[in-house]
Amino acid sequence: MKTTLLVAGLSAFMLAAPVHATDVHTRTIASTCFACHGNNGVSNGAIPSIAGLDKAYFVKTMQDFKSGARPASIMKRHASGYTDAEFVAMGDYFASLKK
Amino acid sequence: MTINRRDFLKVSGAGAASTLIAGCATQSAPTVAKASPKVVVVGAGFGGATCAKYLRTWGPNIEVTLIDPNDNFISCPISNWVIGGMKTMADITRSYDKLPSQYGVKMVKDYVVAIDTKARIVKTKGGGSFSYDRLVLSPGVDIRTDLVGGFKEAEAAGKVVHAWKAGAQTALLRKQLVNMPDGGVFVMSVPTVPYRCPPGPYERASLVADYFTKAKPKSKIILLDGNPDIVSKKPLFMGVWNTLYKGMIDYRPNNAPYRVNGDTMTVTTEFDEVKGDVLNVVPPQRAGAVCEMAGVRTAANDNWCPVNLTTFESTTTPNVHIIGDSVSAALPKSGHMANNMAKVCASAIVELLAGRNPDTVPVITNTCYSAVSDTKAGYVANVWRWEGAKGYVSQPDGGATAVPDELNKAYNESWASNIWSDVLG
Repeated sequence: MKTTLLVAGLSAFMLAAPVHATDVHTRTIASTCFACHGNNGVSNGAIPSIAGLDKAYFVKTMQDFKSGARPASIMKRHASGYTDAEFVAMGDYFASLKK
Repeated sequence: MTINRRDFLKVSGAGAASTLIAGCATQSAPTVAKASPKVVVVGAGFGGATCAKYLRTWGPNIEVTLIDPNDNFISCPISNWVIGGMKTMADITRSYDKLPSQYGVKMVKDYVVAIDTKARIVKTKGGGSFSYDRLVLSPGVDIRTDLVGGFKEAEAAGKVVHAWKAGAQTALLRKQLVNMPDGGVFVMSVPTVPYRCPPGPYERASLVADYFTKAKPKSKIILLDGNPDIVSKKPLFMGVWNTLYKGMIDYRPNNAPYRVNGDTMTVTTEFDEVKGDVLNVVPPQRAGAVCEMAGVRTAANDNWCPVNLTTFESTTTPNVHIIGDSVSAALPKSGHMANNMAKVCASAIVELLAGRNPDTVPVITNTCYSAVSDTKAGYVANVWRWEGAKGYVSQPDGGATAVPDELNKAYNESWASNIWSDVLG
């Protein structure tokens, strides 16, 4: 019963704020990339930086990793885990970061 | 508490997904937003330090206190490189300085001795008392030295170490290997699953073999595995054991040590009694001790902590979140996973404390490189997406390399530098 009420309350809230949820999701999935690509996307060493990447280039590159059109060591494994909409949202975000 | 999610699966699409996860994401509902809510984070490793940093980044109004007894961050990933002689302790040690100076995290250097989850207070050995709106526990693993007879005595005498937490034992094990004569025997054990860093023992054996090949080529390695087979990256490791290190590594599955003797330098398993010049026994593991203090480490979960995996809130105790190795889940216990769980957890806490609902479809990734020599490495990488009742689903193209190469060694080194900067600023 307690659960049902909780769910009802949260669901009502979510319906009222779908845009916010999208932003939080993008923020969080984009941050997963920083584990390999460095703090705020600025890398040390062999792994390339992703901060300040051109959005169209980022989206195309991720789509090509996912399809296999662009050969990769590890990035096909990662790119295949995300949707095109997420590539676009992350591309917007990474383009906004300082190189 | 078990929540029936089935009803919420009948709908599909983006809006529906929100409803679905709302049903299972939180034990405690979003609270009325406070001006300056308090979060206490216990443990400043890959999970805790990351969580503190991202809580402050995404929730600048949140007062974040990070409690840990260590002076510096010493990385477990790359610590096998120190044991193999490819890196020094200084190379894997980083300062915590940026967390307070650039992110406003309040650092407390102390041990946690008590947690009152009803009054929401954490107490430390030094007499500190810290109240919280939400608590994050990221203590890593508790090494069960009590489960291997004689281990505690041999460890206290400085004769046998596990070196499964990077620090003084890492340096001591390296010293023991350096002092070992050519033609000596290095005996190492692999704990039964689940344990911290699945490929770690096999990487360690490989890098010690690399060192022996160059410095002490007559030496041998006996690897006693408590599991029936190599737990992670089997083709990668078997490949180099059968080529680069042919004849050097004696791999013995189903051989968990139950006794070690530091005087006779003997390890006893159910099948074998093995003598060595250097013994590196890694006992079984469970969730960190602070999880017991908070009552979130449960016998029913084999002494790990059951959590709601979209927020990492304990399923037994509201307002307590657990991340990293201590979590009970079919997910690998790695520093990279702890870092990713920390972000999902921080994101959820920021939203919950602001009176909003957390991300409904979180994503967690793992990237785990293993070096097999001083020039070559391989990896395993996976992306897990939350799919409601199915939980985290590993996406189809995840997997591991079978053949190591120089490029992945360069990426391995770059990965370490980059994740340290992501964890610590």
